[in-house]
Amino acid sequence: MKTYYNPEDLKKFSNVGEFEPNLAKKFFDYYGDVFKDGALTAREKSLIALAVAHTVQCPYCIDAYTVDTLEKGCDEAQLMEAVHVAVAIRGGASLVHSVQMMNKVKEVAM
Amino acid sequence: MTTATKSLKSRHSEFADSYFQLQVISSTAQNGHAHLQFEKKLEESGLYPLRPQKLEIFQINLGKMCNQVCKHCHVDAGPDRKEIMTRETMEQCLIAIRQSGAHTVDLTGGAPEMNPDFRWFVKEISKLGVEKIIVRCNLTIILANKKYHDLPDFFKEHGIEVVSSLPFYNSTRTDAQRGDGVFEKSIQALKMLNQVGYGAEASGLVLNLVYNPSGAFLPPSQSTLEAEYKKRLESHFGIRFNSLFTITNLPISRFLEYLMETGNYSDYMDKLIQAFNPVAAANVMCRNTISVGWDGYIYDCDFNQMLDLKVNHPLQHIADFGKKDIQDRDIIVNQHCYGCTAGAGSSCGGATA
Ligand code: SF4
Ligand code: SF4
Repeated sequence: MKTYYNPEDLKKFSNVGEFEPNLAKKFFDYYGDVFKDGALTAREKSLIALAVAHTVQCPYCIDAYTVDTLEKGCDEAQLMEAVHVAVAIRGGASLVHSVQMMNKVKEVAM
Repeated sequence: MTTATKSLKSRHSEFADSYFQLQVISSTAQNGHAHLQFEKKLEESGLYPLRPQKLEIFQINLGKMCNQVCKHCHVDAGPDRKEIMTRETMEQCLIAIRQSGAHTVDLTGGAPEMNPDFRWFVKEISKLGVEKIIVRCNLTIILANKKYHDLPDFFKEHGIEVVSSLPFYNSTRTDAQRGDGVFEKSIQALKMLNQVGYGAEASGLVLNLVYNPSGAFLPPSQSTLEAEYKKRLESHFGIRFNSLFTITNLPISRFLEYLMETGNYSDYMDKLIQAFNPVAAANVMCRNTISVGWDGYIYDCDFNQMLDLKVNHPLQHIADFGKKDIQDRDIIVNQHCYGCTAGAGSSCGGATA
């Protein structure tokens, strides 16, 4: 069956260098460095990545960082809490705009 | 993971058959994927044929009988398994241990404590003056029957190093892999071990825990997870332990069944192969350990034992040990070996690289 997203394509991610090797190399080197232990642990970074993956709604990233967080020793509760952080910020970002709506209502309505 | 309630053998599963398992793992094409042969990987690293080094650890499997039926068990152990080592074979092991000069004896199973000659055997090994005796205790056995309640004292008396599986610091993951209620009982057993001094730095009584993934993924970094385990177990339950060993699940026996049934096999193999680490390959445990089965046959490791791959050496039984140098042989490898060489490596003592 043809689909826009094919799980097998995730394994081909590194092949993106085929059309433009220099930028791909820079990206993957940078990517590798970003996820190393630093001021944040690799485990914390993986949980952030999982939350962001849900925000950008990328199925590849969701698959990859679900497994990666498990491989960093996280459990289901921690994965779900990370997703809720993304949800809260996303929902909050919508809701906070209601202040603008309210401002406008007060501006134009009696 | 759902919990198995019976061994593969008593379910008459084809995965109980080592020949079938070997066929599955050594076929290079699964779901259209070609899995590179382990021998080729070793060759690329200059390690083929894989040769043993100095023999340091004597691992003895006292039998397949166990009070648990863990979903991932590579021994296919359980209460329905009756194969256990006889005292006669234990006597042959004692002679071999003395001759071998190994500094460590590692007792495993099943639940080794269920062998009626277990305590006798431990006492006899103690007399040999080896540096370390390890018992791989599944924790719940201590509570399984009144006759096992004093095991912590027995271990203490003989200065045994206790190594116990606890696949996670909460019940969800632990019970999914090891059976309902196992986490709670394990915590109780750990408290009993702590009470007699196990896990306290000054006591000299070593209690090490083993993490292995409850699913088709690789273990985390050993040191990071150890810190997390220590924090959680201490703050939630007041439990102390010495070190955490992270172990990778090898694609054999019940874990192989799980991988095949859930459609995870091919991706899991890809993952192991992709994570091949030549440093871990150079440090695989079969180079300094030999494994003796319940019936006295000798294997390169506990995994080869479960696959019925006896050592590639003219002397294959413990009764003949010492007549020829057992370390002068090529280690038998196959695709399951990728589990020992992935990432930071995996052995009965945890990460190797
Ligand atoms: S406790 Fe150990 S030997 Fe027993 S079933 Fe579980 S993994 Fe297998
Ligand atoms: S599975 Fe056994 S023989 Fe293979 S690398 Fe691991 S310890 Fe050695």
